[in-house]
Amino acid sequence: METSKAIKLKVNGKQLELLAAPNSTLLEILRNNGHVEVKCGCEKGDCGACAVILDGEAVDSCLTLAWIADGSEVQTVKGIGTEATPHPLQTAFIEEGSVQCGYCIPGIIVAAKVLLDENPDPTDSDIRVALSGNLCRCTGYTRIFSAIHKAAQVMREGAQKNG
Amino acid sequence: MVETVPTATNSPNVQLHQVGKPLIRTDAPNKAYGNTLYAGDLTMPGMLYAKVFRADRPSALIVKVDTARARALEGVRCVLTAWDLPDRLVVTDIPGQTGGKTKNTAQPILAKERVRFFNEPIALIAADSEEIAASARDLIEVEYAPFPGVFDRAEALTAGAPLVDGDANVVAAYKIRKGDTERGFEEADLVIENSFRTQVQEQAFLEPEAGLAWMDDKNVLNIKVSTQVVEHFRAIADALGIPHNRVHIEAMYVGGGFGGKEGLTIEMMLALLAYNTRKPVRLILTREESFVNHGNRHPFTLHYRSGVKKDGRITAMEVRLIADSGAYSKLSPYVLLYATVGAPGPYKVDNLKVDSVVAATNNLSTCAFRGFGTMQACVAYEGQMDEIAKSLGLTPLEVRQKNFIHTGDRNATGQKIESAVWSEQCAIQALEALGERAKGNDVVKIGRGLACYQQSYGRIRWFKDSSEAWVGIEVDGTVIVRCAVTDIGAGQSSSLAQIAAEVLGVPMEKVVTYFGDCTLNPLAGTSSASRALYMTGNATKMAATKVRDNLLEWAGRHFQVPPDDLQLVEFRVTAISDPARSMPIDELARRCAADGVHRHHLAMFKAPTSEGLDPETGQGEVFPDFTYGAHACEVAVDTETGEVTVLKSVGAHDVGQSLNPQSVAGQIEGSALMGQGFALCEEIIQRNGVLVTPSFSEYLIPTSEDVPETKAIILESRSGLGPFGSKGMGEPAFAPVAASIANAVADAIGVRIFELPITSEKVINALARKASGQVKMH
Ligand code: FES
Ligand code: FES
Repeated sequence: METSKAIKLKVNGKQLELLAAPNSTLLEILRNNGHVEVKCGCEKGDCGACAVILDGEAVDSCLTLAWIADGSEVQTVKGIGTEATPHPLQTAFIEEGSVQCGYCIPGIIVAAKVLLDENPDPTDSDIRVALSGNLCRCTGYTRIFSAIHKAAQVMREGAQKNG
Repeated sequence: MVETVPTATNSPNVQLHQVGKPLIRTDAPNKAYGNTLYAGDLTMPGMLYAKVFRADRPSALIVKVDTARARALEGVRCVLTAWDLPDRLVVTDIPGQTGGKTKNTAQPILAKERVRFFNEPIALIAADSEEIAASARDLIEVEYAPFPGVFDRAEALTAGAPLVDGDANVVAAYKIRKGDTERGFEEADLVIENSFRTQVQEQAFLEPEAGLAWMDDKNVLNIKVSTQVVEHFRAIADALGIPHNRVHIEAMYVGGGFGGKEGLTIEMMLALLAYNTRKPVRLILTREESFVNHGNRHPFTLHYRSGVKKDGRITAMEVRLIADSGAYSKLSPYVLLYATVGAPGPYKVDNLKVDSVVAATNNLSTCAFRGFGTMQACVAYEGQMDEIAKSLGLTPLEVRQKNFIHTGDRNATGQKIESAVWSEQCAIQALEALGERAKGNDVVKIGRGLACYQQSYGRIRWFKDSSEAWVGIEVDGTVIVRCAVTDIGAGQSSSLAQIAAEVLGVPMEKVVTYFGDCTLNPLAGTSSASRALYMTGNATKMAATKVRDNLLEWAGRHFQVPPDDLQLVEFRVTAISDPARSMPIDELARRCAADGVHRHHLAMFKAPTSEGLDPETGQGEVFPDFTYGAHACEVAVDTETGEVTVLKSVGAHDVGQSLNPQSVAGQIEGSALMGQGFALCEEIIQRNGVLVTPSFSEYLIPTSEDVPETKAIILESRSGLGPFGSKGMGEPAFAPVAASIANAVADAIGVRIFELPITSEKVINALARKASGQVKMH
């Protein structure tokens, strides 16, 4: 514990300094500092419940050492959108009935956000590949796929209007 | 895709304003924004962290447990072993029931003289940090002495097998004797006999078991936990020797259950540590611990012998079932009963003989899991149906049509089926929805499979199940539903809000459901057995209707019209005969309050009861009612690699009445993939009782890349016992999936694989057997 050091992280736009042991994972320090919207389903990189956006990329925070994330920018599902300013993905997940127990959803929205940032018009198979690291035991994914398609469309239309 | 099929109804049509519409579930937004707190997200100041020390072998005598070094570690607040606890076994009440205890469910909280399964808990630790608790666990030493174990269910039943507990390894056994099977087989033109085997499946809910417990300033032990059953407060109070009213369990939104959080999860461990330390204690299991902590799906051996006429009619059926309960019986007797009663499936079999037994072994425990014995039977009876069809040159649909049970018929136990039986319509629609058949080639073979089922909803009648709910309307027109049902992800609390909104004519956003609290809310029983909506929905509807009656009585006097001339819709009370006589509901509630009208009501719904089965014939009434439906699928089998790909998967079910079609479709779609996992890839493997698939790296569940084109077809007979004529849906949607996939694979490659899961290896072996002529071809 003596070897813990303070690391700098920008989480959902807020600059934080957090104490982390050399073997602490990003998941642990996020959850221990109130970011319990990042879920833990396996701690082994198998389930994707802990996915966050680290400098623009979706990562399993349970496999990422906190020290390695020092100086990085992290976005969780809460940083992607809130009730006041929902992301089109969140709205679509709600409307399409894509949420059951909800435990996988923070990670899945993270993976979907990164996908849509890179690929505004994904095919079915693009979506399947993007979510292949995110387990969902409840929904059978059907409504998750349709929500992602819907959000992509909303975002494309929005981009057209603004552009 | 959802399709609601409008159909004739068996009950008078009700005009529904909210029920039956795809409404947004009340819990969905906060889950999508990441605001929902699950049990493992909770903390308290001064909280301790718990760990569990578990046995490293499945069967042994415990000579000594040495905790001295663990206790001495700085920051360790408490280490408990069986020797520190009052000498009490936990006798699990039938979960969620208020009545008597069941026999044979006694299980030590922590292992004492003997270890009976791999990773059985031996000691509990609470410490100032997670790391200290983990270090303390590493310091515990146990001295074991060898003790023989038994790991095969058939072997466990032979004379001289090592005894797991007590004086026999038979946990429960049943028989059904109906009609005259001897004569039935004489009348048969053909007899088909096969043995099927199903494997252990892990629930694999995404949220591992978690909870937080503390003693409060009223000397009440509080436990916030991820559970399907808050009624375990009684077992906990009894184990601690404290009064029932001093244990307060609150179920958080549960990150999936599927039966795996129906037994005690970790409530007891938390309770012991919090009670002993008088400090808040949190325990979150790792995935590996979760795999061994709850009972999985019972593996079954199912032997079927069916006699049929040339036209496909079944004249007799003989069934033998053997299941494995693991070391402690938990709900095994009931799982076996479901399989026994469900053995002939949705078919009328007048000459029926069933013998079933569940054996204790030193394998990991098995307990409740969606489908609860019935889905294992479905794999066998539907496999048998296809084998019959193939032998007689009939289509799978034709042979089923000859045998379907119908409303008014009596089932395996002689119970008369009162509700609609739309097996045939469901089967036809599911098959039709498969559309054009995919094209195969020399290597890739295409096959189609159909499976029908009969799955009960509601609990066993002699449990005398009941559910309570309280509904009240506030003076601002908002509505409160209080009901201790747990919300395990299928929208349980949202459904109750929807029902109250429908009855009281308010928008759903005006309703809040307070759920999952065993002390502050009226007890409602478990979220299991596809009973939650049936039982708590009826109780909520009854309570809301009484509130409505009270409001309308006042409004009738006020508007000088009879109460049945008034309607409550769109947040107004309005006279149908004179729409000018109308006021908003908040005003109505306010004026009722001023006049002392009761604006709330507590209602109890009671399920139909019976006194049990005749032990010799197995005849009697077991369940309240049944759901019927079908699943059809199309698969592609690569005959070179053995790989099976599900291309299309369609569930068609008569749900009675869908409250929220999106949620019903969600159950069907989720079931399609979970059933696919059971059919093709999921298997808990144990070597002599030792788990060799302890994580999602070894235990593979279907991912986004395995999802077929999935379709949910909802039929509504409005003939069920649930609110608005609904039937239970959580398990029925799952029941036929694996069977339909197994049938599709057999159709594709022309040879059946009798043992699930159907892995590539088994496909290759089956094809090799077929090529070498070792398979009898019909
Ligand atoms: S918790 Fe990180 S992948 Fe499962
Ligand atoms: S909604 Fe439950 S795991 Fe995805």
